[in-house]
Amino acid sequence: MKYVAGLALSALLLASGAAHAQQGEIKVGEINSYSALPGFTEPYRKGMELALKQINDAGGIKGKKLVIISKDDGAKPGDALTAANELVSRDGVVLLAGGFLSNIGLALSDFAKQKQVLYIAAEPLTDAIVWSKGNDYTFRLRTSNYMQASMLAEEAAKLPAKKWATIAPNYEFGQSFVAAFKEALTKKRPDVEFIAEQWPPLNKIDAGPVLQAIDAAKPDAILNATFAGDLVKLVREGNTRGVFKDRAVVSYLTGEPEYLDPLKDETPEGWIVTGYPWYAIKTAVHQAFLDAYQKAYNDYPRLGSVVGYSTVKSIAAVLNATDDHSTASLIKAMKELKVDTPFGPVVYRGADHQSTLGAYVGKTAKKDGKGIMVDIEFKKGADYLPSEAEAAKLRPAN
Amino acid sequence: MTALLQVETLAKSYAGVHAVKNVSFALSAGEILALIGPNGAGKSTCFNMLNGQIRPDAGSIRIAGENIVGLPPRAVWRRGVGRTFQITATFSSMTVRENVQMALLSYHRRLWAVLGYAGASHRDEADRLLDLVGMLQQAGRPCGELAYGDLKRLELAVALANQPRLLLMDEPTAGMAPKERVELMRLTTDIARRKKIAVLFTEHDMDVVFEHADEVMVLNRGELVTRGTPQQVRADPHVQAIYLGEGLLYDAKHRAEATP
Amino acid sequence: MELLFVQALSGLASAASLFLVASGLSIIFGVTRIVNFAHGAFYMLGAYVAYTLTSRFAGPLGFWGGLLVASLIVAALGALMEMVLLRRIYQAPELFQLLATFGVTLMVQDLVVVIWGADDLLGPRAPGFTGAFSLFGRNIPTYDLLLIALGPAVLGLLWLLFHRTRWGVLVRAATQDRDMVACLGVNQKWLFTSVFALGVFLAALGGALQIPRTTVTHYMDLSIIVEVFVVVVIGGLGSVTGAFVAAVLVSELNALGILALPKISLVAVFLVMAVVLVVRPFGLFGKAERAPRSSAGTSFRPWKPMTSIERIGVALIVALAALLPLFAGNYALSVGSEILVFVLFAASLHFMMTVGGLASFGHAAYFGLGAYGAAFAIKFLGAPMGVALLIGPLFGLAGAVISGWFCVRLSGVYFAMLTLAFAQIIWSVAFQWVEVTGGDNGILGIWPSRWASSPEGFFWLTLAIVAVSVALLRVLVFSPFGFGLRATRDNTLRADAIGIDRKSVQWAAFIVSGTFAGLAGALFAFLKGSVFPETLGIPISVDGLVMVLLGGIETVSGAVVGAIFYKALAIWLMSQTDLSKLVLGAIIVLLVVASPKGIVGFIEQIRHRRPPSPNGAGSSAARADASDALGIAKMKVAE
Repeated sequence: MKYVAGLALSALLLASGAAHAQQGEIKVGEINSYSALPGFTEPYRKGMELALKQINDAGGIKGKKLVIISKDDGAKPGDALTAANELVSRDGVVLLAGGFLSNIGLALSDFAKQKQVLYIAAEPLTDAIVWSKGNDYTFRLRTSNYMQASMLAEEAAKLPAKKWATIAPNYEFGQSFVAAFKEALTKKRPDVEFIAEQWPPLNKIDAGPVLQAIDAAKPDAILNATFAGDLVKLVREGNTRGVFKDRAVVSYLTGEPEYLDPLKDETPEGWIVTGYPWYAIKTAVHQAFLDAYQKAYNDYPRLGSVVGYSTVKSIAAVLNATDDHSTASLIKAMKELKVDTPFGPVVYRGADHQSTLGAYVGKTAKKDGKGIMVDIEFKKGADYLPSEAEAAKLRPAN
Repeated sequence: MTALLQVETLAKSYAGVHAVKNVSFALSAGEILALIGPNGAGKSTCFNMLNGQIRPDAGSIRIAGENIVGLPPRAVWRRGVGRTFQITATFSSMTVRENVQMALLSYHRRLWAVLGYAGASHRDEADRLLDLVGMLQQAGRPCGELAYGDLKRLELAVALANQPRLLLMDEPTAGMAPKERVELMRLTTDIARRKKIAVLFTEHDMDVVFEHADEVMVLNRGELVTRGTPQQVRADPHVQAIYLGEGLLYDAKHRAEATP
Repeated sequence: MELLFVQALSGLASAASLFLVASGLSIIFGVTRIVNFAHGAFYMLGAYVAYTLTSRFAGPLGFWGGLLVASLIVAALGALMEMVLLRRIYQAPELFQLLATFGVTLMVQDLVVVIWGADDLLGPRAPGFTGAFSLFGRNIPTYDLLLIALGPAVLGLLWLLFHRTRWGVLVRAATQDRDMVACLGVNQKWLFTSVFALGVFLAALGGALQIPRTTVTHYMDLSIIVEVFVVVVIGGLGSVTGAFVAAVLVSELNALGILALPKISLVAVFLVMAVVLVVRPFGLFGKAERAPRSSAGTSFRPWKPMTSIERIGVALIVALAALLPLFAGNYALSVGSEILVFVLFAASLHFMMTVGGLASFGHAAYFGLGAYGAAFAIKFLGAPMGVALLIGPLFGLAGAVISGWFCVRLSGVYFAMLTLAFAQIIWSVAFQWVEVTGGDNGILGIWPSRWASSPEGFFWLTLAIVAVSVALLRVLVFSPFGFGLRATRDNTLRADAIGIDRKSVQWAAFIVSGTFAGLAGALFAFLKGSVFPETLGIPISVDGLVMVLLGGIETVSGAVVGAIFYKALAIWLMSQTDLSKLVLGAIIVLLVVASPKGIVGFIEQIRHRRPPSPNGAGSSAARADASDALGIAKMKVAE
């Protein structure tokens, strides 16, 4: 019976024989939830491929071709670790990147620490990954929960609303976002109070009863952190029931095309959101990115595209910044590393390994039966992070 | 001498309908007693109360003086009551021998042993029992592929594994060919007489009943109508009234055989 | 008070869809005894097809017609699946059909992305039902009212169908006693197909009706399938009325429960199910299931311990595996360790499921408890790995002692669903109790001690533990205890009549099984260096079932082979393609059709296939079957 094990393993061994590094290549490992979350990962992959092509067309990394080996994690931390092991042990990649879900990001970051390999977390939003569970080997690109919560709280503080209700998916992402928002808002506005909360399970919101419960508390304003299918249910149900009428709504991530586009003509107007108004950003760097993307794919970019693109740009930058690709050198180079992204230059802070990537905040509106963001403002990441000295204290000693 | 099995005023009703009411009888060691009655007379209910599968509403069941009412079947079995079922109940994933070994393991209180190969234990004893019922040649066969008559014989061997004092057999010959029926019942009565086992059985086939039982009890609508020797019961006009068809059939058949 | 009333109305609207899907599942189970895992996939397909149709054909006719046509199309697909796939395996061992429908589910999950794309799709609202009406100053969507009316309407129609048509009467008869209907000369094939089509139609309609409420996504099957199973079980298998009452109960409890406890949704349905099953072992409207007649499909080949040659062979293979670190790389070794961990997990489930006849749908509970136990030992006690590897299984044991005590009171699918309920309750505790378990972010830093931290060291450790554990389980199978356990599975009546205490024996088996699963979980924690609630989740439980079934449920070593095959294939596919579910699902379906006895069962069948002897062992077996059938027929008459 163990015979089959031998067979399976020797098949793996044979396969591994082919994976010897070729001269003139630098291999980098990347992991994401391709099969489970294609809505995010497809544009993300396109963004990555675009950046990769640009880098290699321009001569690669010091003359060597950059190669990215991508693996699917099926949205399971356990499978992500198997993939990470394959990339590091068998494919011999010099660093790891990627991740969407926070728990997978954390699993990979712990793996990076154990195996002493650099991990650049692309999307995971949890604050723990750079703070309470941060480690020397992990850096994070994406504007974090804390940063976006602070940006939204800044806008929320300008509202007259005093009584707030919150709706967020019942897992760490939602819990930590709501906590960060509450903290940031009460700091600016000690007079506000949070009078109701709802925690529907991810992907299983029963929108009618949830909204009814919120409505019954009669809040002045609502904070929402649901997204994707849950958001659509919430919006449709809320529009019909008039729950959002005469109420301010602050909604996390809702301006990202991934989540805004499916709402079509049901897009609620005037919600304060973070997102990606690719149609309205007028900077030269973004225009260049937009043109290249549309030319390559005949499609508009989503936020995932920007994240994928910027991840690969970060990888190229750190590889260019070092002579040898030992983990120690790479980590040294990552600190204070400057990278050009479609949102402008960002820096990976040395103290807490968080990049200063910013985000767009604006209001939702409808145009030609589609949802868009208007009154947009770019908020710089650095302005919404604690100082490096303070941030360093949030990280575990060692 | 006190009877081995002493049943007093046994009663059971389902949703207000009396399945068995006020049944009392006694059975001594080595005695072979048949319980007959038309369909729905309450034979199976009676049987299931005797081995603890159903709890009676009232009455007592004493085995060698001990009241067993309220005990589960496995506890009744521990007090020396073996049983066969109307639809054979065997362990289909085991061989013939393993079926008997299983019962022996339980009898020897080795059910919780976690070491040792069960298929090697009590082998000789199992084979002796199988030999007794004429199944030794088939000891190694999977029990799932046995003919029905052989299954019945296997069940008998299993029921004998705990050296029973009382054997309950629910329609032991149902589904068998006539020749097989006679053989099985002859076998059973032989063993019972030799080992002084009391046997209580129900049966539809009147040939079997009148041929092999020492005494016959008749149950109708849950009540005991009469008890006596086969001749007495057959001659009883009450019984003929209730049980007309089969009883007459028996006589008619015998007369036909007597006048070739 | 008014709030409660309005909230209750919303709950009723949610109950409607749940009821539609659940009633379909219940009807299918009642007649065919198939646990249709693909029911959620049909629900999703209903929504996708309805999206395509309603987006294309506007207007009320386009919309309502679209919903109906979509449901019919999907029902046809369901009938097709029944005819080409399930019909081949009705005779296979119980639960094998579950494996087939699981394969289909995997395929559909990838196929909808291939066909409809990755984006969430928003369909039109229902014409005429876009607004709301005001009640006590609160707005209630008119579409909700439609749904509220639809539930009882469908219930009524189904009642008429089952009580006023010949077909319906046959279906009800078949639900009560399949063999009886077969005896009546009814064409069972078409009865099954039509029942399956009706069930799938209801699922697809339930999905299509979601169009005006939400987006169509490729994961919407997962969001409903478990809940639907729960509803069916609470209501009582095969009872449509039960499904209705249970759907209302669950939805209302959720709608009203979140007023007081906003985080209750995650676990509410499972709490209800656990309570209902403990109080009423066959659901609210279910009837005691008869002991399944040992049918032709379950006549096993009696198990034999290995011969000494076979033993030497196995020892050689283990020795060979132990040589692996001499030439294999780190990745191959960690994959090897992972496969070994799942070999132990599958073997532990196999002990309960195959030897004990207790199919668990929640075996991950003990795996995950083992993983968390090990993590707690490291995290809170600072214990070394050796101690953590002992504490892990103790957690599994403790969990099994408690849940096993309740579960062995039930049997069949009810048993399986109660194990699922316990697993989900434990999962939600791990998920929500952030202070202790870290919630979904898990517990990090559970790496092996230095002496086992190299991939080689860990592989050897795992190999040793797994080999010894599997050997111990095998010894148990053939021990008197294992025999007694098998006896309770084969025939409860007989087991009881020869002095075997079924509940105690099965409880003990449950505990043994949970303990070994806990050991596998503890190893898994160290292999991955972290523990997440996913270790307690349904996918792990399902993986275990699939491994046991794939290997061959009637065999002793099937679980080991099934685990190696399935895990190696899954890891390899995952690494090779983003469409791993599609390929894996297709392979499972093909295997199911090619070899309903599983991989090992198939091998054994070939090994034991001998030319018929002159006397014809085959013919005597046939005779036995014939007389058996005769016996049963006679007894039916006698009854």
